[in-house]
Amino acid sequence: MAQIIIKNVRKEFGDFTAVKESSFTIEDGEFFMLLGPSGCGKTTTLRMIAGLELPTSGEIYLDGEEISQKPPSQRDIAFVFQMFALYPHMNVRKNLSYPLVSQGMARRDVKAKVEEVAGILGITDILNKPVGGLSGGDRQRVALGRAIVRDPKAFMMDEPLGALDAEFREHMSEELRALHDRMGATTVYVTHDQLEAMQMGDKIVVMNNAVVEQFGTPQEIYDKPATMFVADFIGSPSMNFLDFSGKVADGATSVDLGGQAHGIPRQMQGASGDLVFGVRPEHIKLSDDGAYRGEILATEYLGTTQIITLATPNGEAKARIDSAQVAKVGEKVGLSFEAPKVTLFDRAGGQALRSELNDGVLSNG
Amino acid sequence: MSSFSVTEPTKRTKWFAGTMVIVYALITMLPLAWIMMTGFKSPADAISYPPKVVFEPTLEGYVNLFTTRTRQTDEFLAANPPETWYEEIVREYDMVIAGPSKFGERFLNSVIIGFGSTFLSIVLGTLAAYAFSRFKIPLADDLLFFILSTRMMPPIAVAIPIFLMYRQLGLSDTHLGMILLYTAVNISLAVWLLKGFIDEIPREYEEAALIDGYTRFQAFYKVVLPQAATGIASTAIFCLIFAWNEYAFAVLLTSGTAQTAPPFIPTIIGVGGLDWPAVAAGATIFLLPVMIFTILLRKHLLRGITFGAVRK
Ligand SMILES: Nc1ncnc2c1ncn2[C@@H]1O[C@H](COP(=O)(O)OP(=O)(O)OP(=O)(O)O)[C@@H](O)[C@H]1O
Ligand SMILES: [Mg+2]
Repeated sequence: MAQIIIKNVRKEFGDFTAVKESSFTIEDGEFFMLLGPSGCGKTTTLRMIAGLELPTSGEIYLDGEEISQKPPSQRDIAFVFQMFALYPHMNVRKNLSYPLVSQGMARRDVKAKVEEVAGILGITDILNKPVGGLSGGDRQRVALGRAIVRDPKAFMMDEPLGALDAEFREHMSEELRALHDRMGATTVYVTHDQLEAMQMGDKIVVMNNAVVEQFGTPQEIYDKPATMFVADFIGSPSMNFLDFSGKVADGATSVDLGGQAHGIPRQMQGASGDLVFGVRPEHIKLSDDGAYRGEILATEYLGTTQIITLATPNGEAKARIDSAQVAKVGEKVGLSFEAPKVTLFDRAGGQALRSELNDGVLSNG
Repeated sequence: MSSFSVTEPTKRTKWFAGTMVIVYALITMLPLAWIMMTGFKSPADAISYPPKVVFEPTLEGYVNLFTTRTRQTDEFLAANPPETWYEEIVREYDMVIAGPSKFGERFLNSVIIGFGSTFLSIVLGTLAAYAFSRFKIPLADDLLFFILSTRMMPPIAVAIPIFLMYRQLGLSDTHLGMILLYTAVNISLAVWLLKGFIDEIPREYEEAALIDGYTRFQAFYKVVLPQAATGIASTAIFCLIFAWNEYAFAVLLTSGTAQTAPPFIPTIIGVGGLDWPAVAAGATIFLLPVMIFTILLRKHLLRGITFGAVRK
């Protein structure tokens, strides 16, 4: 079990930079999510931790020891590949034994350990089958088994559920999380699915364009996004960005939007120019008498809640409201925002402005 | 239910395809059958016209292939009655066996040179193909093209320089010389074929082995090689067929110790007139090793084909 520290790690392939100076810490026993859109450098980061790729610069510490230039065999880190990469010429038992045989473990101990792991994963009955004919779920379990069989210091998983169909994913992700909770091993999990990251992770790193945008707990990342990218990427529908220009003073508790004053968390940083008023759909309230008004463009019924699309003086916005509330397309309604949950951003850089809400979180990123 | 299916061939197409396969097989097998039959004919039957399909089989051709014979006086023949079945065959022509022919030796040369060069081509080819497939090699594409370009002209075009070079180096008429030469010709084919096969093997398998605590070479040996078995088997067959059948270099560069069977077999013709059954017997035996080798590796070839079909 181990703590992993990534410090200013950078990876170049020729003159292409796949990962720019990135730093974050994975605490012992954490289920840690690496989240980001396709091509942002998640896999590369994971492979650097495992030793399948050597960083161009920077350090990686595993339990205090610098390992960034060591071969994978000396790191004691397991890796679950996206397509599982089970050895096709071996049966399930041999696949599971393989990591133990390399350590020179006695044959009897290997057998016992393999059977124990097979028991945990519920694959005892397929131990002697070739891996070729296994179902997706069983392949996944064998791949996991091969990772946990040697009790590594940490697990790396690269979109391990990506090859499974939607229904089974859900089941497997619960199984995975339960397995983690039972073993308590440090796990780094790559995904581009924000929902999966929010559901399963203790902590999340959000990457974009080779850069770490933010890292923290799912709740911190959802409530206190450090950049517009994070705010947009996390949550469905994503955060609304209402454009305005003006000036926000250090210590301000309201901003002027469409001629109306709207409450915001007390600012700890002044700014001016093109700014963005960021508010989550569930933090928009509809009120008949509000002075700030928007027109309902569309409604989408989701059971207990509904999503309504609004045209506001500062651009389009989506609100999540109770489905009991009546909302008719074409109607003009008054809007109000939950002041303590609002985040302001600088339009050009996309950075969140420091406020009471997100102070402390921003310094992490 | 309609019996029509888009993916399944109809009865008629199946029947047609089956007929074509049989016709093709007959056309290609006929010369082989001819040669094999001729090997068991007497010299008279072998040249009779119209050709005899039904004949009395004899091992005369094989005896003549493996022995040298001399004519003897009647007194000698009377004094020394034949002791073995093959002596008896020879006696019918008033001859005695003087000793074994060179065929056994030449055949063994073919085996050593053919399999030796195939083995060397595969070992070097696999290592090179793996490196080209997995590592960043400066000018990799140019190197690969260069390797291929060695096959762009017929090898025999460089026969004279090689002849002179080999004489200078003392490699003429040696096993080593012929093995090196055939390896040099085959290596480009081996590298290109094997690179294709290794490219198809996902890197994740090796990476999984690296993670599981193996070294790069162990990963290559234990994970990549078994995966590449299909490719190695088919490449080996191609290499062996070339080295085994090669005639021009063999005529030019070997005459004695390292002479292979192809240049030897025609020399049988010259010994005692046109001994067609002996020539045919030699050709039949000569065909066997490649046939056996292919049959032995057949399982690998077929498994490779079906494996790919399932995976895709
Ligand atoms: N070996 C390599 N050589 C050159 N470029 C590479 C190499 N590996 C990755 N890249 C590039 O680095 C970038 C990041 O790749 P990476 O695989 O880390 O992305 P990712 O976040 O895992 O994306 P995905 O969600 O598609 O898996 C990509 O643009 C990719 O093309
Ligand atoms: Mg990836």
